[in-house]
Amino acid sequence: MSFVRNPKDVLSGLLFIALAALFAWQALDLPIGTSNRMGPGYFPMVLSAGLGVLGIVVLFNGLRTQGDAPSSIAWRALIILTSIIVFFGIAMRPLGFMPALAVSVFVSTLASQKFRLSTAIINTVVMTVFCWAVFIKGLGLPLPLLGPWLGGY
Amino acid sequence: MELLSNLELGFSVALSLQNLMYCFIGVLLGTLIGVLPGLGPLATIAMLLPITFGLPPVSALIMLAGIYYGAQYGGSTTAILINLPGESSSVVTAIDGHQMAKQGRAGAALATAALGSFFAGTVATFLLALFAPPLANLALQFGPAEYFSLMVLGLIASVTLASGSIVKALAMIVLGLLLGLSGQDIYTGTPRFTFDVPELADGFDFVAIAMGMFGIGEIIRNLEDEHTRSLVAAKVKSLMLTKEDFKAIIAPVLRGTILGSFLGILPGGGAMLSSFASYSVEKKLSKNPQEFGRGAIAGVAGPESANNAGAQTSFIPMLTLGIPSNPVMALMIGALIIQGITPGPNVVTEKPDLFWGIIASMWIGNAMLVLLNLPLIGVWVKLLTVPYHLLFPAIIAFCCIGVYSVNNNAFDVYSMALFGVLGYALVKLDCEPAPLLLGFVIGPMLEEYLRRAMLISRGDPMVFVTRPISAVLLALAAIALVTVLLPSVQKTREEAFKE
Repeated sequence: MSFVRNPKDVLSGLLFIALAALFAWQALDLPIGTSNRMGPGYFPMVLSAGLGVLGIVVLFNGLRTQGDAPSSIAWRALIILTSIIVFFGIAMRPLGFMPALAVSVFVSTLASQKFRLSTAIINTVVMTVFCWAVFIKGLGLPLPLLGPWLGGY
Repeated sequence: MELLSNLELGFSVALSLQNLMYCFIGVLLGTLIGVLPGLGPLATIAMLLPITFGLPPVSALIMLAGIYYGAQYGGSTTAILINLPGESSSVVTAIDGHQMAKQGRAGAALATAALGSFFAGTVATFLLALFAPPLANLALQFGPAEYFSLMVLGLIASVTLASGSIVKALAMIVLGLLLGLSGQDIYTGTPRFTFDVPELADGFDFVAIAMGMFGIGEIIRNLEDEHTRSLVAAKVKSLMLTKEDFKAIIAPVLRGTILGSFLGILPGGGAMLSSFASYSVEKKLSKNPQEFGRGAIAGVAGPESANNAGAQTSFIPMLTLGIPSNPVMALMIGALIIQGITPGPNVVTEKPDLFWGIIASMWIGNAMLVLLNLPLIGVWVKLLTVPYHLLFPAIIAFCCIGVYSVNNNAFDVYSMALFGVLGYALVKLDCEPAPLLLGFVIGPMLEEYLRRAMLISRGDPMVFVTRPISAVLLALAAIALVTVLLPSVQKTREEAFKE
């Protein structure tokens, strides 16, 4: 793709345009109203249009001027960490605070290339106890320690 | 003297045992987390935000403010000792501070930073007490048109003073504004941008966005390259300053304080701009400019005073107008709103205990910072060298628990993950995520004032230019935008941020 001179700008331009389209599409059903009595859709439409225009400007800048490609992506950290956060959200209710936390801490240590089983286990134990002491004992968060799947409430 | 009685009220609030304790905890936690590598004030505040929700509003704000300057000071410590500035405002401190540390004068650099910050904090606190109430009175006369224009100016100014591409930063603001509109429309109750998700009826959660973008996104970025970090902390011997040192820092501290206090009030200003500006001023005024970059004590004293003064005075627009001048203040406004307080000029008159309590606590917090940091420096040095791969799982855990506990809601955890990915992607594409957060907080206010102004003017957009204050504010915004887009200015701007 020789006409792409600045991949970062081209990609961000496309991202902005896509998001503008998404928001505009979502705002389509909202009543626009008049400039006197603006409906709920007025300002969102104006902003979506603005974002779209800015996205096009960024895109064209990327076709005009030279720039670097984005540096390599930390896929391992990206995938492990996002999935473990989603897991924490899902597991909180059925499994409870302690198991959800312990699994999350342990799996997230895998995101580092310096992963070692022994330190990961120590880290998991220390963090679980620490968070229990701080959040449950100290701050008194009303979170069930064990969920219904594990015999809790 | 009204000022004195107000300050008395403030100190009576801030000196209550409970608030003293929260101030102390805030400063301690802020420094503790701020010295950990890879965590700046934004991430620190975002992470600790949920634990303040259960507190009464005054205590919560006092604690958050404590966390803020604690984290800022922690950032300077890492900058000096391991040349790893935790945040943009201590980048400059690292230049000469770390050189001093290499020459065995780490203690002197740390003491300079602490004393300079304390002095600047004291002055800025008084300026805040002096100028905030009149400004709030002025703001009480503002109509919706003036507010709208003021916010536009604030948003534009924050873009022009930031580094990087202006068009991209503008796009990030607009994206933030759009995200901020999600939830129910205030006038009609129509759900907007809820994507048929019932949890989005109140819009995206502020904490989830802040933690996702500045916590999770940052962790993923730090894990990209784990080999470059060789953490060898310089040894701290004596914290005492010699007579010559004192002489050398007095003038830079004074100049830094004045500069920082002024720049902090500007929308988009605050700590980072202040420290950069102070460094170049000191370098220009110095008799031995060649010393800069090789351990000049003035190069630590000036910027450190300036960034603390700027950090403090950036509370002025936040407390009096309800408008955040930088992302940290956006977080503070988010915290106020969660506490059920609408930030704005009414806070001064309707909640004097909150307003003056926070001001008084700032001074107390700065004093604590000095008392806490100089003796505890040994502990901080140990923390500095905690390897990142042991640290980040803890941050993940805190973010998950924190964001879940806000509403006891799993959806907020998912959106944190989503914004983490988005934040990471945007950083990879050289788009600063900070303006997005600013837009997110301002979005709903901006729309409300726009709609009100247009309703009053019966749909005539000329109202923004026929009302004098509003016209001046918009003109300033236009000038700011046009100036930075001029090719010649753009060139010097690029050079300035490279330095």
